[in-house]
Amino acid sequence: MSRSLFDRIPWVLVIFIIALGIPWLGSKYYTFLATQIAILSLFAVSYNLLLGSAGLVSFGHAAYFGLGSYACGLLMKELGVPFLIALAAGGLMAAAFAAGFGFFCVRLTKIYFSMLTLAFAQIVWAICFQWNELTGGDQGISPIPYPGLNWLSSVPGLDGFRVGDYFYFVALAVVALCIAALHRISVSPFGRMLMTIRENPERASFIGVNVRAYELAAFIVAGGFAGIAGALFGIFNRGVFADFLYWPKSAEVLIMTILGGMNYFWGPVVGTGMLVVLNQQITAYTEYWPLVLGTILLVLLFAFPGGLLGALHAGWTRLRSGGRGVRPGA
Amino acid sequence: MPDGHACAAAGGECVPVLEIVNVTKRFGGFLAVNDVSLTVNRQQIAAVIGPNGAGKSTFFNLITGYLQPTAGHIRLNGHDITGVAPHKISSYGMGRSFQRTNIFPKLTVFDNIQAAFLVHRGRGGNFWSRADRFYRDETEALLRQIGLLDQADTVGGTLSYGNQKQLELGLALASDPTLLLLDEPTAGMSANETHDAIRLLERIAGERELTLLFTEHDMEVVFSIAQKIAVLHQGRKIAEGTPAEVRADPEVRRIYLGHH
Repeated sequence: MSRSLFDRIPWVLVIFIIALGIPWLGSKYYTFLATQIAILSLFAVSYNLLLGSAGLVSFGHAAYFGLGSYACGLLMKELGVPFLIALAAGGLMAAAFAAGFGFFCVRLTKIYFSMLTLAFAQIVWAICFQWNELTGGDQGISPIPYPGLNWLSSVPGLDGFRVGDYFYFVALAVVALCIAALHRISVSPFGRMLMTIRENPERASFIGVNVRAYELAAFIVAGGFAGIAGALFGIFNRGVFADFLYWPKSAEVLIMTILGGMNYFWGPVVGTGMLVVLNQQITAYTEYWPLVLGTILLVLLFAFPGGLLGALHAGWTRLRSGGRGVRPGA
Repeated sequence: MPDGHACAAAGGECVPVLEIVNVTKRFGGFLAVNDVSLTVNRQQIAAVIGPNGAGKSTFFNLITGYLQPTAGHIRLNGHDITGVAPHKISSYGMGRSFQRTNIFPKLTVFDNIQAAFLVHRGRGGNFWSRADRFYRDETEALLRQIGLLDQADTVGGTLSYGNQKQLELGLALASDPTLLLLDEPTAGMSANETHDAIRLLERIAGERELTLLFTEHDMEVVFSIAQKIAVLHQGRKIAEGTPAEVRADPEVRRIYLGHH
C-alpha cells in the first residue's frame, strides 16, 4: 500500500513551525506555557530513553534535571559565565553524576534499580537543601540573569519582542536540537541494543550484549539531556530551587511519559503538553486542583494504558483497517 | 575414546571445540554437578541425557557462563571460558538456545536477527546511524536459511511456538558460532514440529560445519542424530560413548532406560 497524503506530511516539522510562531500571538501567557512545555518535553524525552527504550524505571531522574539547573544557574549568576557555556556545563555536570550513580544502579535490576536511583536522588536533594553557602539551601538561587539575547532583536522580523519571547526562541532551538539528537540515538544500533535489553536482558547478554555497559551509557546520556533541560528551566524560572530535584519531580516526569505513551518517541512530548496545560487550567478554576488533576490522570491512565499516542494510534489503525501497520517504538 | 565417526568429518583429525575438565558445581551441601569431564570435537553432534534432576540444566548453565563452577575448567576453541561473562563467551564462538523460548517478543522477526548481527559485528555502540540500514542482506540470508523469510515483518511474539524456536535458533546463528548449545530443542513440540526441527538442525549444522551439544528428553531424537552421548545421573557422568555403546551400557539400562 502506498503512503497516503497524511503520512507524507512531515508532522514534526509542522509542529515545530507552529511552536516557533507562538510569540507572534502576542500573549505573554502562551509564550510562558510554550516555554514550559518545550523544556519539560526535553526532560521527558530524555527520561524515555531509559523507560521506553531500555525498560529501566528510574525514580530519580529529577536529580540530573536539578544538578543541571544548579550548575548552569551558579555559573551564570556567581561567575558570569556566558549562557551557552553554562548550559553545556549543566549537561556535563548532570552526565558526570549520572555516570557515578549509574555505575552502582545498573548493578541492580528491576525494583532494586528503581529504589537505588531514588536513594541517590534523595541524597542529592538533601545536600542541595542543606548546603546554604553553595546552593542557598531552601532559599535557592535567584534571580538568575537572562542570557544576553538582545542581538536577536537585530534579526529582521524578530524586533520588538519581550525578553521572555527571545528566551523562548533560544530554548525551543536548544530543545529541538537535543530531541533530534535523542531521536537519532533511539533509532541507531545503540538504541536497538537498548530495545533488546528491554525485551529480554538474559537473551540480550547471550547474543553478546554487555547489558550493564549499555544500561550505564543510556543512563549517562539520559542524565546529560535532563541536565540541559534543567539548566534551561532554571533560567526560565529565574531561579533554581531544591524542589527541582525532589522526588515529586521524578514522579512528574514518569507520569508525563506514561500519559503520552512510553512506546512512542513523541509520547513524552504529548504527555508533557497535556500535563502542563491541565495543571494550568485546573489551578485557575479550583483550589482543590491536585485532587482534580489526580482524578483526571487516574481516568486517563486506566482508559489509555498505552498512553494518549497509544490510543490515537489504535483508533487510527482501526479507521484505516487494512492499512499498513506502524511499529510502536520504532 | 571412540570418536572416529566425528573426527572423520573434520578431515580425520580430532580438533576439540569444547573441553570440560573435572567441573563441579555445589549449591550449599548439594552437589548438582560432580566432577564431570566431556570433550566435544569439531563438527560432532553430542547429547547430554539423564533423568530429571540429573544435573543437565546446571551443567548447561555452567558451560554458557550463566553459573560459575565451584571447581574445574571449561575451554572453548582454546580459550579458557571458566567464569567469563555470557556476553563475552558468545564472541568466542558459542551460540545457545534455551529450553523456554527466548526471543525479543515485541521486535519483528527481521529486527530480532538484525540486532544479533549488530552486536556480534561490533556495531552496538554506534549511536549516530540508522540501525535499519545495517546487515540487511545477511539478515535476509539467515532468515532464508532458518525458513522464516516470509515472516520477516511479523512481530516475534506472535509467531507460532515452532517458529519462535526457529527464530531463537536464528539468534544463536547470527553470531556465527562454531559451537551451538541447545537446551531441549524440541521441548513442547508436536511430533511433526519435532521432526521438522531436527531436519532443520541437521541441515544447518551440515551447511555451517557446526559442532552441536544438546540436552533432550526425547530418546528418539537423541538416538537419531547424536554421534556421542553422555549420561548424567545424580550429578555424575555414568557413561559416555556412541549411541550403540550407551544403549548397551548396563548401568545406563538399569538407572535410566529401564524406567523409560
